[in-house]
Amino acid sequence: MTSLPSHTDKKLGLVIDLDTCVGCHACVIACKGWNTENYGAPLADTDAYGAKPEGSFLNRVHSYEVQPETGAAQLVHFPKSCLHCDDAPCVTVCPTGASYKRVEDGIVLVNETDCIGCGLCAWACPYGAREMDPVEQVMKKCTLCVDRIYNENIPEVDRQPACVRTCPAGARHFGDLADPNSAVSQLVAERGGMDLMPEQGTKPVNKYLPPRPKDEVPEFDVLGPYLEPVAETGTGFVAWLDKTLSALPGGAK
Amino acid sequence: MHPAPSVIIFTSLSGLGFGLLFWLGLGQPAPTGWVGFGFFFIAYALAVGGLMASAFHLGHPERALKAFTQWRSSWLSREAVAAVATLVTMGIYAALLVFAGIHVAPLGWIGAVGCLATVLTTSMIYAQMKTVPRWRHWSTPALFLALSLGGGALLSNNGWAALVLLTVAAVLQLVAWFTGDTRLARSGTDIGTATGLGGRGAVRQFEPPHTGTNYLLREFVHVVGRRHAQSLRVISFGLAFVLPVLVLALGLTHVTAAIAVLSHLAGVFALRWLFFAQAEHVVGFYYDKR
Repeated sequence: MTSLPSHTDKKLGLVIDLDTCVGCHACVIACKGWNTENYGAPLADTDAYGAKPEGSFLNRVHSYEVQPETGAAQLVHFPKSCLHCDDAPCVTVCPTGASYKRVEDGIVLVNETDCIGCGLCAWACPYGAREMDPVEQVMKKCTLCVDRIYNENIPEVDRQPACVRTCPAGARHFGDLADPNSAVSQLVAERGGMDLMPEQGTKPVNKYLPPRPKDEVPEFDVLGPYLEPVAETGTGFVAWLDKTLSALPGGAK
Repeated sequence: MHPAPSVIIFTSLSGLGFGLLFWLGLGQPAPTGWVGFGFFFIAYALAVGGLMASAFHLGHPERALKAFTQWRSSWLSREAVAAVATLVTMGIYAALLVFAGIHVAPLGWIGAVGCLATVLTTSMIYAQMKTVPRWRHWSTPALFLALSLGGGALLSNNGWAALVLLTVAAVLQLVAWFTGDTRLARSGTDIGTATGLGGRGAVRQFEPPHTGTNYLLREFVHVVGRRHAQSLRVISFGLAFVLPVLVLALGLTHVTAAIAVLSHLAGVFALRWLFFAQAEHVVGFYYDKR
């Protein structure tokens, strides 16, 4: 059913720390790997070894430069995947009921056998979280690794989305954002977690932690004292050498 | 937005087809026999031809029947239901009129309302998109309806109605262009809100997430051809509105009517191309592109 549930018991989602992300794209690859081998149609590539390779991905890492009015510019790596919105516009536009939001945990999923590949859900998503698979011609999106997080056949430590499990920087966190006491909710409260495009009214579940302010260190050169000239004017041989070398074409004046 | 030929053909042709069916449903005219067959054949060829073209847009057309199920929430599903219900209703009305010479006026009125509903639901698929500020405006459904009814009036030889409706459509088109050109900027969405970093300074893309293209860029970030948008606007406006209105004002003959219809159709195709090609999706902000 493409109507949204009025309430979900949990709000499973991600908290992404823009301060910590180093832009290594490991989450992109882990996501592609897991979701090509497991739930639903594999994430296809076209012309993978040719001149114009492309493919479907559920998670991509952008990089932005932020230039404040004063001070140095800052580079921010920005992973982006489905935000599992509370008011998901992608779900309500679906004509077949293939897109749905789960009542039990709030995950937004696509039933691929019902998808006609019209692409309207991707039109409705402001975040670019949905991509049409170029081979299967069905809509692909982040499942929050629904086949990992409840999977009792894998060790408990692995029961997290592949992107979170693989992140070497610890920039991605997974949990229940409806529970104010969960680690992710506390992280959001502590660090001022934010919504992307709040004006679109999608009420995203995933939150982004803004980069922390940079330390302001007074300008100080540790080598400075050692590089001070020992003497401004020399005497004797040194003075003669200095004068002679300076007189040569191209010599330091 | 990518101006997919299938969607341009679909909205243009089926808009005209349902517009013609609207006037036939009102009994303006209510032709019988071979003349009636001709009128209804043209209307169904346009409406159904357009719908068939839209099916080519689908990744899995064989599952299209599932699209009739979600009319409670989805404008696309409502459109599918409205289109089929209208075509069936008008089919019965047409068969009685053409083959039996019986004019069941109320059935035609129901069909005419169905035509309006079909065109309205088509336009709402676009007007509902918060992600495309240019489309999210009352002028989108108003323009779709005026174009459909005006074109239908032209095809059904309702000269005065065509003159008035095409003039109204021309004004609505100007409203859509002049208000639409700044609506993205006025929407409040920019690269700053997209990344949440806008409060910290000026944000620009440092490096894209992938070196090649992808579905998002092809579908939503159509920049090619916008260069010629202004001249295309003038040409399409002249073809869709000015020439047909002049011909109508001078009086219709078979030849001038054909010129007016063909000019209008060519103009509508160009207008629809612009409708998609000029529409900016907010996902473009993530790529620092419009």
